[in-house]
Amino acid sequence: MYPTNPAALRGPEIRLVSPAGQLRCFVVSGTWNLRGLESRLRDLNPRLAEYASDAGAAWDLSEIDVLDHAGAMVLWRAWGRRRAATLTLKPEHEAVFRHLDISRQVSVKSAPADRLWFVVAVGRKVLGLFEHLVAVIIVLGEVVLDALRLLRHPGGIPWREISSNVYRTGTQALGITALVGFLVGVVLSYLSAQQLRVFGADAFIVNILGISVVRELGPVLAAILIAGRSGSAITAQLGVMRVTQELDAMEVMGIPQTLRLILPKMLALAISMPLIVLWTNAIALIGGMTSAQLELGIGYTYFLSSLPDAVPIANLWLGLGKGVVFGFLIALLACHFGLRIEPNTESLGIGTTSSVVTSITVVIIVDAIFAIMFKDIGIS
Amino acid sequence: MEDCVVEVKGLWTQFGDNVVHRDIDLCVRHGEIMSLVGGSGSGKTTMLRQMIGLENPTRGEVRVFGIPLQSNDSTALRKLRDRWGMLFQEGALFSALTVFDNVALPMRELRLLDEGLVHDLVMMKLDMVGIEPRHASKMPAELSGGMVKRIALARALALEPELLFLDEPTAGLDPDRSESFVTLIQELHRELQLTVVMVTHDLDTLVALSNRVAVLCDQRLEIVGTLDEVVADPHPFIRNFFMGERGRRALEAVRAVKAIVSMT
Repeated sequence: MYPTNPAALRGPEIRLVSPAGQLRCFVVSGTWNLRGLESRLRDLNPRLAEYASDAGAAWDLSEIDVLDHAGAMVLWRAWGRRRAATLTLKPEHEAVFRHLDISRQVSVKSAPADRLWFVVAVGRKVLGLFEHLVAVIIVLGEVVLDALRLLRHPGGIPWREISSNVYRTGTQALGITALVGFLVGVVLSYLSAQQLRVFGADAFIVNILGISVVRELGPVLAAILIAGRSGSAITAQLGVMRVTQELDAMEVMGIPQTLRLILPKMLALAISMPLIVLWTNAIALIGGMTSAQLELGIGYTYFLSSLPDAVPIANLWLGLGKGVVFGFLIALLACHFGLRIEPNTESLGIGTTSSVVTSITVVIIVDAIFAIMFKDIGIS
Repeated sequence: MEDCVVEVKGLWTQFGDNVVHRDIDLCVRHGEIMSLVGGSGSGKTTMLRQMIGLENPTRGEVRVFGIPLQSNDSTALRKLRDRWGMLFQEGALFSALTVFDNVALPMRELRLLDEGLVHDLVMMKLDMVGIEPRHASKMPAELSGGMVKRIALARALALEPELLFLDEPTAGLDPDRSESFVTLIQELHRELQLTVVMVTHDLDTLVALSNRVAVLCDQRLEIVGTLDEVVADPHPFIRNFFMGERGRRALEAVRAVKAIVSMT
C-alpha cells in the first residue's frame, strides 16, 4: 500500500463542480499530505483562499487519496478555522480533523518588553557578581577546611589525583608554552634592539629582556595559556560530570567533592604553574638571546654572564610567587564555574566561556596588584 | 514479493572481535508495529540505529522504502529523512530551544510553510501528545522526563512521517503515563497508517502495541512472528522473558481484555 514511487500518486488538486441550479461544490482530490503539498502550497494557497471566501459552497473531500494533519490544517485554515458548512468526508479522514479544533485560540506570546530593561539588566549583572563572589568564597572555605583536615590526617592526601593533574596541567602544557614563550622572546628582543641601536645602548638589551620576561611576561603569559588550556578543561569536565549526574553520585556516596575534585586540582596547578613559569622564562630568554645575537651581535656568553647582574634574584622569586597565586586562582575559578553548570548544553558552553574569560581577567588584575605591592622590590 | 518498508538483508555487526549480529534478515511490512526484543547487549538499539542510518553495519544492507541507506544518492537520502521520525530514549530535545521551537524546527527546515501554518501545526502536535499550550515557551530543562518524551514524540511526528522509530518509548514513565503513551501511539497508528519499529523492554507496552515481535538473541534473530508464535518458542531466553512472573501477568491481562472485547 505504501507508494514505492511517489510520482504515481496524484498531486493535491481542487476543482469546481457546479451542478446546474445548485450550490457550487469544490471537489478536493489527490494527496493532501506534507510531502505532496510542499511544492504546491505556494500556488494552492491563494486559490484556496479565493474558493473559501464563498461561505455557502459545499466541499467534497471524498476523492482525497491521502490526508494527514498538515493537509487537513491547510484546508481548515482556509475555511477560517472551522469546518466548512457542507462537508463530505471519507469516514477514515474524520479522525484527522478531530485534532484541529484545539489550535484555535491558543498562541505562544512572548513576554512584553520591559521599559526598565536596562536598569534591570545592570542590576542583575551587579547582583550576579556578588553572588559569584560569595560562591567562590564558599568553595575556597571548603577547600581550606579540607586542607586543614588533611594536615591532621596526612594519610588521606589524594596523591594520585594531584599527580595526574600535575601531569595534565603541567607536563602536557610544556609544548605550547615553549612555542609562545620563544616567539614572544624573539619579537621583544628584535623590537627593543631596533630602538637601543639608535641610542647606542646595545648592552641594555639584557636588562630589558631579563626584567620584562622574568618579572612580568613569563608569569602572565603562562597563566593566560594555562587558563585557556587547563581552566577550560577543568570547567568542562566538572560540567559534564554534572550533566551525567556523576557529581550527584559522589555526593550520595558521601565522597567529598572538594577533597576529591577541587583540592587536587588547585594543589596541582599551584605546583605546576611556577614550574611552567620557570620553563616559559627560560625559553623566552633563549628566544631573546638568539634574536639579540643576530641583531646586535651580543654573544650568548656575555648575555648569560651579565644576566644575574642585570636582573636581581628577587624578580625571579616574585615571578614564581605570582605563578603559584595564578595557578591557585585559575583552578579555583575553573572549579567554581564547573560546579555551577546546569545539566544542559547551553549552560555548559556559557560556563566554560565565562570560566576562561574570568580567569584571564582576574590574572591580569592580580598581576596589577602585585606590580603595585612590590614596586620597590627587585628593581635597582 | 513482500512489500517491506524496512528491509534488512544479511546484516553483520562487529565491534572488534565481538560479533553482535550474525547474518540477520528482517522485513518490516507496511502499517505494522514491529517490536525488537532482546537481552541487554544483544544489539537492539544498535540495529535500530542502523535502520535509520546513524551507524553502518559491518556487512549487509538496510533498505528503507526501497532506498539503500548506504547509497551515495544524497537527494534520495534527504527525502527519505523527511519520511521517517525517531523518538530517542532520552528524548534528545535541543536544550537550547524552547518546546515550541523544538517541534517547529523540522517544519521550518523545509522552508516552504509560512509561520502561521507552522504555529498551528506545532500547537496541534503538542495537543495530540497531551502537552498544554502554556508549556510551549518553556525550555526542555524545566520539564519532567515524561513531558520531554512526549514533546520528543511531537517532534518526531512533525513532518507527518510514514515510518516511526521508537527507542524504549515508555522507559522512565510512570504506569499511568506509559498507558496513555501506548494509547497515543495506537491512535496515531490507526489514523495515519504509520509503520512503527520499536525497541522496548517493557512487557506491557510490547504486548499492547506489537503486531509482530522480533527476538534478538545469540547474535541472530531467534524468531519473528506474532506474539502468540513468539511465546510458543522454546528458546530459554524467550521462556525467561515472557514466561517469568511479570511476563505471564502481562500476557494474561491482554488475553483477558481480548476475551472481553470478543464477547461484546
